[in-house]
Amino acid sequence: MIRDITIGQYYHAESVIHGLDPRTKLVATFFYMISMFCFNRYIGLVVSAIFLLWVVRLAKIPLGHMVKGLKPVLVILLFSLTANVLFSAGEPLFHWGIISITLAGIKRAIFTGIRLCLLVFGASVVTFTTTPNQLTDGIEKLFQPWKRIHLPVHEIAMMMSIALRFIPILLEETDKIMKAQMARGADFETGGLIKKVKNLLPIIVPLFISAFRRADDLAMAMDARCYRGGDGRTKMKPLTYKREDYLAYLALGLYLVVLFCLVYCMTRLISMF
Amino acid sequence: MIQAKKMGFDYIRRDEEGNVEEIQRALDDINIEIKAGDFVAVLGKNGSGKSTFSKHLNALLMPTDGTLYVDGMDTSKQELVWKVRQNTGMVFQNPDNQIVSNIVEEDVGFGPENLGIPTEEIWKRVEESLSAVDMLAYRKESPNRLSGGQKQRVAIASVMAMHTKCIVFDEATAMLDPIGRKEVLETAHRLNKEENITVIWITHYMEEVVDADYIYLIDEGKVALEGTPRQVFTDVEQIRRYGLDVPQVTELAYVLRQEGMRLPPVVLTEEELIRCLEKEL
Repeated sequence: MIRDITIGQYYHAESVIHGLDPRTKLVATFFYMISMFCFNRYIGLVVSAIFLLWVVRLAKIPLGHMVKGLKPVLVILLFSLTANVLFSAGEPLFHWGIISITLAGIKRAIFTGIRLCLLVFGASVVTFTTTPNQLTDGIEKLFQPWKRIHLPVHEIAMMMSIALRFIPILLEETDKIMKAQMARGADFETGGLIKKVKNLLPIIVPLFISAFRRADDLAMAMDARCYRGGDGRTKMKPLTYKREDYLAYLALGLYLVVLFCLVYCMTRLISMF
Repeated sequence: MIQAKKMGFDYIRRDEEGNVEEIQRALDDINIEIKAGDFVAVLGKNGSGKSTFSKHLNALLMPTDGTLYVDGMDTSKQELVWKVRQNTGMVFQNPDNQIVSNIVEEDVGFGPENLGIPTEEIWKRVEESLSAVDMLAYRKESPNRLSGGQKQRVAIASVMAMHTKCIVFDEATAMLDPIGRKEVLETAHRLNKEENITVIWITHYMEEVVDADYIYLIDEGKVALEGTPRQVFTDVEQIRRYGLDVPQVTELAYVLRQEGMRLPPVVLTEEELIRCLEKEL
């Protein structure tokens, strides 16, 4: 049951998007997300949605798979929808005690809802098309300038990739410990929340001990293989921009230009009448 | 290749103020010489000091007294540590805890990356070492999908990619099933013969050391017995006293001889025993 959780949610396919440099994808997502907050017109949403749909098509990710990615943010989505419906000022359509629903509120809720979905889809395109290793490599390279202010960029990236490597191992171990404790009569199912949390203690303690032991072993193994930090290290798979990456940046630029032009024109058009 | 002279090591336990609480003598007066290209086994029961010894070969630990030379380099010299580690690689006991990366080929590349080898050269080395341990087909796999024996072979490839002259197997088969154990042992023997890599095989499984060139038996931090397998396994009773067992075949022959059969003093393999018995009967 625990093994079903996959962190990173990489979806393997042979596509242009999968082949892009992780830096390109990270930067593009960053700008895409910012762009989503720069307009409040439906035309903007339409342009963003079309652009995203095009990218998803290129990445060969089935749409159903994308929608599944909404599950974890469903609560936030519902919360934002109700908050927008209930607490917007304007002409009330409907009264019930202190609650009043306005047309403006409903409109805002729909707008924000679509925007949130697009944001989540945009972010998941990166995690669907990039392996965790590529992602850490990309982050390490992107944050390289921060080294000047003594941010341990390489070390952070290394920690991230090691954490990703050990997630499945520790999950498996949790499963094992749980079964071992259950075999001795531990009960993880019944009782209130506090009791349940207390019952987790016999899992957490051995898990921590084993994690520390593993960390110790791994540190020794890395030492034995001459690891001494990021200085003087070469890369087996160095990141280099290819032609596709420049094209991707071009596409991103085009999207931004089209988006802002359309939104600007619409605003002018409406203010004229 | 490796030369230990009166080497000793203490584990020192300190309390919170840094005062010495307890000193435990882990190794005492070790004199060992291993020639390049040999397959040497180091035997000992749990807690005998054999793992402590193996960590010295890679300068993970340094002798508290005496000296240890690896390829002519004194391991206690701080400036030589990285050269020593480049010279002698280690394969540890737990296959999961020594693989750094999520992808087999990237893990093999980890060592060369640390040494600052240029990218094209790393790719060449990764391919060479993976094919040397017969794991090239799994290069894109995640280590989590491999069996224990396969993971250990990846660990061997990772060491080889650093072009080490010597590989120390620190109980590398202890956590494996019989098939995995055989895989790893065969790989070690093949590398020893074909690539002329010095192998130091640390274990407490007797069956694994029958084909070794030379054996050191460590007990309570001292070298208790040494010699070729034939010499060491002569005295079955003595080996038992050190908390170890001789290989099954050797034991069978020993019992048969005690019952009055005329057999040679040491029998190491099944074929040998069959041959001797055929002659006898």
